[in-house]
Amino acid sequence: MRYLPLTDTDRQAMLAKIGAASVDDLFVDVPEVARLDGPIRGLPMHAGEMAVERHMKSLAAKNLVAGDVPFFLGAGAYRHHVPASVDTIIQRGEFLTAYTPYQPEIAQGTLQMLFEFQTQVARLYGCAVANASLYDGSTACWEAVAMATRVTRRKRAVLSGALHPHYASVVKTMAHFTGDEIADAQPAIQPEPDLDGLIARIDEETACVVVQYPDILGRISDLTPVAEAAHAKGALLVVVNTEPVALGAIKSPGEMGADIVVGEGQSLGVGLQFGGPYLGLFAVRDAKHVRQMPGRLCGETVDAEGKRGFVLTLSTREQHIRREKATSNICTNSGLCALAFSVHMTLLGERGLRELAAENHRLACLAADRLAKVPGVEVLNTAFFNEFTLMLGGKPARQIVRDLADRGVLGGVSLGRLYPGVEALEHALLVAVTETTTEEDIEALARELETSIKETV
Amino acid sequence: MNAPNTSGWKPEMTAADGMHSGPATTTGNRALMLEEPLLFEIGRTDVTGVDLPAVDASAPTRLGGLARSNAIGLVGLTEPETVRHYTRLSRQNYGIDLGFFPLGSCTMKHNPRLNEKVARLPGFADIHPLAPQNAVQGALEVISQLGEWLCKLTGMPAVAMSPKAGAHGELCGILAIRAAHEARGDAREVVLVPESAHGTNPATAAFANYRVEDIPATPEGRVDVAALKARLGPDVAAVMITNPNTCGLFEKDFREIADAVHAAGGYVYCDGANFNAIVGRVRPGDLGVDAMHINLHKTFSTPHGGGGPGSGPVVFSEALAPFAPLPFVRQDEGGTFYLVEEENRAERGPSFGRMTAFHGQMGMFTRALTYMLSHGADGLKQVAEDAVLNANYILRSMEDILHAPFAASGPCMHEALFGDKDFTEGLTTLDVAKGLIDEGYHPMTVYFPLVVHGAMLVEPTETESKAAIDQFITAFRAVVERALAGDQGLKQAPYYAPRRRLDETAAARKPKLAFEG
Repeated sequence: MRYLPLTDTDRQAMLAKIGAASVDDLFVDVPEVARLDGPIRGLPMHAGEMAVERHMKSLAAKNLVAGDVPFFLGAGAYRHHVPASVDTIIQRGEFLTAYTPYQPEIAQGTLQMLFEFQTQVARLYGCAVANASLYDGSTACWEAVAMATRVTRRKRAVLSGALHPHYASVVKTMAHFTGDEIADAQPAIQPEPDLDGLIARIDEETACVVVQYPDILGRISDLTPVAEAAHAKGALLVVVNTEPVALGAIKSPGEMGADIVVGEGQSLGVGLQFGGPYLGLFAVRDAKHVRQMPGRLCGETVDAEGKRGFVLTLSTREQHIRREKATSNICTNSGLCALAFSVHMTLLGERGLRELAAENHRLACLAADRLAKVPGVEVLNTAFFNEFTLMLGGKPARQIVRDLADRGVLGGVSLGRLYPGVEALEHALLVAVTETTTEEDIEALARELETSIKETV
Repeated sequence: MNAPNTSGWKPEMTAADGMHSGPATTTGNRALMLEEPLLFEIGRTDVTGVDLPAVDASAPTRLGGLARSNAIGLVGLTEPETVRHYTRLSRQNYGIDLGFFPLGSCTMKHNPRLNEKVARLPGFADIHPLAPQNAVQGALEVISQLGEWLCKLTGMPAVAMSPKAGAHGELCGILAIRAAHEARGDAREVVLVPESAHGTNPATAAFANYRVEDIPATPEGRVDVAALKARLGPDVAAVMITNPNTCGLFEKDFREIADAVHAAGGYVYCDGANFNAIVGRVRPGDLGVDAMHINLHKTFSTPHGGGGPGSGPVVFSEALAPFAPLPFVRQDEGGTFYLVEEENRAERGPSFGRMTAFHGQMGMFTRALTYMLSHGADGLKQVAEDAVLNANYILRSMEDILHAPFAASGPCMHEALFGDKDFTEGLTTLDVAKGLIDEGYHPMTVYFPLVVHGAMLVEPTETESKAAIDQFITAFRAVVERALAGDQGLKQAPYYAPRRRLDETAAARKPKLAFEG
């Protein structure tokens, strides 16, 4: 038992100090009904590193690794190249094995990093203040709705039909229990989002309107009219972004008048990891809303000698102080993922992020042009960043995705998987392209897609 | 690790302010203690640490006229500068790797490096959550195996794997309870929470639209069973009880409480934050629990990372299992694993819905499963026993000089609770905590639980040697003696940390939450 330093001699000496005959004496308060006569049955006994690693490797080997095949999946999780130094930095024990920085004098590393992270996120989003992270984009989306209901004292949220359906599900799950009203919709399959239709759904009871940018079909459009319409009715505009790299190429949500900007930060530093842990980003355009924000905030201050330092602040919003009156119940967030994001963003800088975004867009344009030449395939989007929707000429996208996987190509996310039972969306395929995509990958997808479409009834 | 200081050397404290003397340095650095500017003070907008093709301004775009025209305001560093920036920052942090970290209720145990290695296998780290399920059978099997371990360790029949952290798990449990009541048309409004509970408990219940009422504690530090029973009734949806509780004691009447709650039509939520005290030794299912979250980042050794990510799977009783959130993993007769999501109408049953975009914290699952396989059923039992032994050893080594309000209530579990009742001349728990920083320790949890004045909650965990604990006790006693003696020097501690005490009031009065300039 290589993680347990006590020896039997130690244990005996310690029991003697305590005045207990055996360790069982320390568990006397466990009622009879719950006492066990030995290790829990039906589970293996301890094992060495080699045996454990062998077992885990055998499980890992059953998965098709994204980096081993032409890969085009997105829909809220994107495969980007993460520089090698990111992982070595986050594995430093002082970051990896620290706790939430409750003792700021010996946590300045985490705190300064969070202050820098908050600044990076705020600037990327075109906002004044960002928090120190939430769990992921979907839970951040719900926290934004909850915050909007507090700020406006209204209980109705209008969701764009082109919001990621999982995000919409999370919001609806939570709203069911909080008693908030959620007006949702399904995406209309058309080249551009129906912003007029969305604006028409905003009324005087609306706390916020939630729009994804780029949206679930990869479309992008100017949200300024939505912001103006929301503000005219006293509602807030919440913009959701699932691909932060896009903001190196397109206008920030803050510039277009978003009041709360939330998103998924996984693209930078974190990796795919089968969906978690990811990184919830949360920012407000106007600092006046800061006291209604959920989650931890790191702020600048000075120490007793006047040296600059950082602390967690405005904690009177939080559960450990306010208990049932807190703005959120969140405690542990995604600190180490925030570090990974921040290191990756530091390596990129303004110049690198713009170059990365341009390269994603260049390859996506290349892919869209090539795939449009596949017989029976059309590109839906007028505008996109690095993800677009393909219409497969009436062929079932889910079946084609599975077929492509059998041919060694992870060809995209079928909208049928995201919107089960919605017939209009069954023939659409979401394709994401990043800097990790090669021209050979694009060619492989085009080739296999053509075959698959031909062979699929 | 933490070997006693045999040389006998101590820093001298000669200057008037108590600082050790020495010449000022030009840089403000002190040898290995290096000051580091903010990224935004050293980074440049035209510098990058990655090699990408330059932007071709003439390339055609399909950005719908939304191309960014203004500066974002980000700065970059080259790779060597980046590595140095973060390495310097890291050295201003305390972590378990560096020393003893007895933060009560947080279970700061050693984070095995095999876990890190396994989580980084491309077969786990480089797979997409929406990949076709036949391409990720190994990932689904990890979720399934980990779930099975959790069910067996807790003696519960079902588990929800998607919650992202402890508080998210609490929410999962409370939403399942609400859904179960709603399913039988029972609109209950109240959740009972002991005063000693973690703040997340009342915050969670309130978030789920419940009214929160306190349950009082007995003088011996446990739930007042009589008061609780008297409050039960048709309006009480659930009780949320932490067991072992935050006073460090096992709730020995838990089964009786659970039976009473069930008889009154309510459900029992157990906060599993303190599961490390009983893992492999006591199964909460035997105590009548209906739902309990498990912090994989506490009991099962996944790293805290300076504040997450965590992972908070929730085990459920038969009564609540049908209401568990989507998605979850099942195995068909042919042995193929699959996800039950929104579309599996028949199988999803009365599930209360989705709590997060994907399937949970896969990166934490691989680490936790690696840890469980390493320890096995026998090792996990030893984990609980050593954790409890270490805490009792500290309790009995301190109680002669430090107020231990529940020392007479019997053995503690995996954490020992003290209070500041006997400190003199204005000295407080905070001063002791800061004094421990100078002694090279991360302080214990302070001012929690709220039921003890100036609470100090010490959780040593099982991954400390006796020598390390003995040295801590020596240091803790020395600092406590200074507090008992009213040593005003302690009020200025820490002296030797990268920063002296920070002005938290100023930070909150005029919040500066981003770099300006």
